Amino acid sequence: MSLRTPLARVRHLGSAKDGTGHWWMQRVTAIALVPLTIWFVAALVFHLGAGYEATAAWIGHPITGCLMILLIVATFYHAVLGLQVVIEDYVHGEGKKIAAILLVKFAGILLGLAGVVAVLKTILGQ
Amino acid sequence: MSAENRPLSPHLQVYRPQLTSVLSILHRITGIALAVGTLLLVYWLVALSIGPAAYADAQWFLSSILGRLLIFGWSLTLFYHLCNGIRHLFWDAGYGFELENAYRSGWAVVIASLTLTVLAWVIGYALMGA
Repeated sequence: MSLRTPLARVRHLGSAKDGTGHWWMQRVTAIALVPLTIWFVAALVFHLGAGYEATAAWIGHPITGCLMILLIVATFYHAVLGLQVVIEDYVHGEGKKIAAILLVKFAGILLGLAGVVAVLKTILGQ
Repeated sequence: MSAENRPLSPHLQVYRPQLTSVLSILHRITGIALAVGTLLLVYWLVALSIGPAAYADAQWFLSSILGRLLIFGWSLTLFYHLCNGIRHLFWDAGYGFELENAYRSGWAVVIASLTLTVLAWVIGYALMGA
């Protein structure tokens, strides 16, 4: 028998040991991505067919660059959380499941970092 | 049944497909597709940061038939996941659970994502031609 109260066991912790943190961050990043995605697609449409110079000036502008970095971070955060849930639902077997989740996390961080570094380099090149 | 072989939810095969369930699984499928699609975005940004030659290569690929098809698929997928994601956020806030409203918002998502995709491409081509 545990001496801890049910509340103490429940607070911030469930079977996943991080309570509602995963669910909450999925929603926080989703809300951030609504305006960021609409901005990016709309701006992209208006820059279609622009050459290297114009595109680099656009992405390399400090404001665009900041929004791009926010978009990249929120996108990969959201994608990793979402893929993790899909893996937890469909990949059976603890070993394979953990390996798949780690792979998704590492790939997400690597790609996100590459995107952020690319945007920073483009900003500094202007 | 041993713990290893227990069936896990969601059970996709045992239900007759209906708008709500199809849109639900499409949200996952489009989410996975968009995660793969980020490769294209990162490739484009990295090419831009490397310089004019690398960017020209990326532009060549992205404006090819295959590239345009990928970007078209990406745009439709993105608009669907965006619209249905907003629908999910309303559910999270506790609104729109009634069956009638779930169907209404479902069709709204279908129409909005198709309209936004067509609109983006029409405007894009019009601006490129100009």
